[in-house]
Amino acid sequence: MTTRPPVFSKFREVQEELGRSGRAIYRDANGIDSLIIRYPYSINYIHSYAEDTEFFLALADGKLKGSKCTRKSCGTVYATPRGHCMACGAPTEWIDLPPRGRLHSWTTCHYGSEAFLKETPYNLAMVEFEGADSLLFVRLKECVESEIYIGMPVEARFDPEPKYSITDVWFVPKRS
Amino acid sequence: MVTGGVTKFAKAHPAMDFRLMVRRAYDYALKGIPNLTRDRIDGSRISYFSDHFTRQLKASSMVQDYLGLNPKGSVRIEWGGATGGECFQAAYEAVASGRMDVCLAAGFETMSRVETWKGNEFIALASDTNFDFPLGGFYTGYYALMVQRHIYEYLRRTKFAHIPDEREAQRLATAEGSRIMALVSVKNHQNALHNPYAQYPKPLTVDQVLQSEMISYPLVREMICTMSDGAAVAILCDERRAREFTDRPIRITGVGTGTDTMRLADRPFGKVPLLPTERASDYANLDYPGIHSFRAGRAAGIEAYRMAGITDPRRELDFVELHDAYASSEIQTYEDLGLCRYGEGYDFAERGDPFMSNIQYPFPTPNAGALPVNPSGGLIACGHPVGATGLMQAVFAFWQLQGRIAKHFGNKTLQIPNAHRGAIHSHAGTGSAVTVSILERGYRP
Repeated sequence: MTTRPPVFSKFREVQEELGRSGRAIYRDANGIDSLIIRYPYSINYIHSYAEDTEFFLALADGKLKGSKCTRKSCGTVYATPRGHCMACGAPTEWIDLPPRGRLHSWTTCHYGSEAFLKETPYNLAMVEFEGADSLLFVRLKECVESEIYIGMPVEARFDPEPKYSITDVWFVPKRS
Repeated sequence: MVTGGVTKFAKAHPAMDFRLMVRRAYDYALKGIPNLTRDRIDGSRISYFSDHFTRQLKASSMVQDYLGLNPKGSVRIEWGGATGGECFQAAYEAVASGRMDVCLAAGFETMSRVETWKGNEFIALASDTNFDFPLGGFYTGYYALMVQRHIYEYLRRTKFAHIPDEREAQRLATAEGSRIMALVSVKNHQNALHNPYAQYPKPLTVDQVLQSEMISYPLVREMICTMSDGAAVAILCDERRAREFTDRPIRITGVGTGTDTMRLADRPFGKVPLLPTERASDYANLDYPGIHSFRAGRAAGIEAYRMAGITDPRRELDFVELHDAYASSEIQTYEDLGLCRYGEGYDFAERGDPFMSNIQYPFPTPNAGALPVNPSGGLIACGHPVGATGLMQAVFAFWQLQGRIAKHFGNKTLQIPNAHRGAIHSHAGTGSAVTVSILERGYRP
């Protein structure tokens, strides 16, 4: 007979054992045993930016692109591009956005999901642009919690080594 | 609705998988009404949010299978955080359309299969993976951004309008908003002390809430719901059969749903869709919804109230169980649902309207009992096993309206005297989908 996996009555200890051997038995307060195994799961997605491609290519060139409704009577301007207009349904066209704006809202994250925990604390910000009807969601850098306020002028910075992600652009306080 | 059942929500239920959890809630529901046997159930609507958490596609089929309901009809329902609320309405529609006489709504989630921060990642995949997720993939961050703007619109621009320094004014407004969010957190945790199904009941003070760990400024740990394992079921049927199964049936008199853009950044700056008690002039200078309010919640409320014939929810509802994934979203939702006007949410909480009148909270609540919100303890204190949550609200509301809280909770503290009509509210994403359902007593006491 093979040895059974070790038994623990604390779930934390089960998790620790899973890290070591990948198997454990959890015994609950009623004396019921549950066999628990570790099951790794990883995927490399083939993720296409599809109709948003132009935006991500522009970031690599140090430019911000939005989109504008092609219907003259509408003309809604989107700071986060959309292929079709939300207001009237017409197709949009690409436009250049100014690389500066103002904070519409912000937060400092002291935690994040697993993939981003090592980057904490980080700031998230919604930026509003002169002449645009919608916002852009970005990281805000080179400033700390106590300095940041809604309405603060900010400007864009671009990653010289693009990763082709929304994090290729970030904003910093505008230095006057 | 003729019966319901809930498992105790817990951080983990290692000895039960999702099938057995649903079975436990289902057994509890059936126990109370002997005339309703399994053969009378015509089919089901089964809800869970994430295949990632379950690591089992077609999990709803496995529930149908485990309950022995094959080959009857069944559909899986998924609508983000509003999954449970949508499941309830899908079962309602199956009966209201005449397709089924008796329909089972069952929901579950097993979130303990991954660690908390991986779980946050799975949840954040319910944000745009081109533009939103790669920034930090964190729903608490999204809600923190929203409440920062809510505080700016409704505290900075009013109570703190006289302070000239912008940074200082915003700091003070946020501190005031946080203090009031803490009142809501205390309420929900303390109500839950009397609810044996709740995951995190505890007595708290405002200072204890405010001193809990900062997660995403200004939201601290005690203002945020947790991940849970749990299941809930509700059984719905037509009116004729309802009286055969129970002498205290509960009528579903209104259902509403609303939607909004997936990305917060796309939310328009327009006009408020008005409730009958509001005028356009109330909101002349308000850009709506922006990122401060939930237009989907407002739309769902308007539809459900209209169907139920409610013109003033403040006066015509006896209680509300709403989706307080965050203390902030509870305050925002007071306004969306018209429990107070936009901009009055902080005052509404501070005056005590949403508090229970028979519970002593560690601060004054002069209007307590006016319109109790989350008497059960809500998501913050009960837990949030996503696919079960909206159905949990339905079950708690059902027991409340039947006047049977004492029977199911073992004490009558949370029983709202003579509760005749209540609303349940289930909310997804950053407010991209919301359901509101109105439940009323379908019998004369």
